[in-house]
Amino acid sequence: MSGFNKVVSSYEEAMAGLTDNMTIISGGFGLCGIPEGLISEIKKMGVKGLTIVSNNCGTDNFGLGMLLEDKQIKKMVSSYVGENAEFERQYLSGELEVDLTPQGTLAEKMRAGGAGIPAFYTATGVGTLVAEGKDVKEFNGREYILEESVTGEFAIVKAWKADKIGNLVFRDTAMNFNPMAATAGKITVVEVEEIVEVGEIDPNQVHTPGIYVNRIIKGNFEKRIEKITLAKN
Amino acid sequence: MSLNRDQIAMRVAQELEDGYYVNLGIGIPTLVANYVPNDIEVMLQSENGLLGIGPYPTEDQVDADMINAGKETVTAAKGASIFSSAESFAMIRGGHVDLTVLGAFEVDQNGNIASYMIPGKLVKGMGGAMDLVAGADNIIVTLTHADKYGNSKLLESCTLPLTGVACVKRIVSDLAVIEIKDGAFHLIERAPGVSVEEIQQKTAGKLIVPDDVPEMSL
Repeated sequence: MSGFNKVVSSYEEAMAGLTDNMTIISGGFGLCGIPEGLISEIKKMGVKGLTIVSNNCGTDNFGLGMLLEDKQIKKMVSSYVGENAEFERQYLSGELEVDLTPQGTLAEKMRAGGAGIPAFYTATGVGTLVAEGKDVKEFNGREYILEESVTGEFAIVKAWKADKIGNLVFRDTAMNFNPMAATAGKITVVEVEEIVEVGEIDPNQVHTPGIYVNRIIKGNFEKRIEKITLAKN
Repeated sequence: MSLNRDQIAMRVAQELEDGYYVNLGIGIPTLVANYVPNDIEVMLQSENGLLGIGPYPTEDQVDADMINAGKETVTAAKGASIFSSAESFAMIRGGHVDLTVLGAFEVDQNGNIASYMIPGKLVKGMGGAMDLVAGADNIIVTLTHADKYGNSKLLESCTLPLTGVACVKRIVSDLAVIEIKDGAFHLIERAPGVSVEEIQQKTAGKLIVPDDVPEMSL
């Protein structure tokens, strides 16, 4: 099994090979289900000119938002960036390129990219700014636009549990974009809460098969919550 | 009197039907969950990957891994399922969600909606709204009829970048319930104590007013 053992012991090893101007596909929804330690390592490495494909860009001082501080991100492909003042500043001043992409289209771009499908048609965005410059085709009397899929040199993923050969289990809504991101990286790095022995995960319960995964690291997660909302008594 | 946020949500809740799968947007739409009639069951979809949103958690139940699309902590309802974003938008895009309720900056008489971007000012992004309005047959928009300066948000033609084209069929505002068809707004109900004249004055687009406009019952 040693050829399949994908566990690495340091963040340096986990992100080795990441250089300037690469594209990174990231899982996460807001601060939920983000590979915290991998993002910190990217910040530490200081690589610049990155294109990051991720639903959001963290907050001002946490998650992918940390990479804005030293202007490491050249372009963001995201659906929603409303929680981040520095993001807005860099975008409005022209320092940061942003490709606002509808959330479902973004998920499908990753899914299709990982599945070897270069593009797909969707009704989402027809007649809006999103459709500009894109091929439009009619099917059954309705217009659709052609969206190209995405892949990256790296994908960074957060899972709950992995076995040593990279079979992944996600937990609750921390799943979000992570399964698609896992398929869309040439090198897919997964940060997990727990690494278990091969055979400990029931094959029926595997969310992402290990074939998509290249490196696994056990992380320590802060798991910050953006909006704690409680039941009224 | 114009409706407050909760009253708008109450009125929207009257549009729910037993067995509906419903996606509620951020803001006033989220409040609709508080007013689901006792005699029906609906299942709420959250586009980050949860079908069956439960109540907000108690302090002990708070879990960073369990949030809704507004990034608020939630719980899972009995019978809930959890899935990826791709699966979530397959449901939405595939037309499996029965009703979508969302907010907007502007709506026009052809059912176009602008809800995500004010050029040069506010960058937030469309999130899942473009997919939701493209995928749903049944869309209700909640908004205040006019801004704080009295400028109408119900226009002949949207001025801001669109979220979707010819998709909105119904509006519940602080003043009225309005249906959109045949290139016009049709006044269906007015908020208690609000005059037809006020609604006409605050609707910039073409408004068709029937002889009798009943007051909403909340």
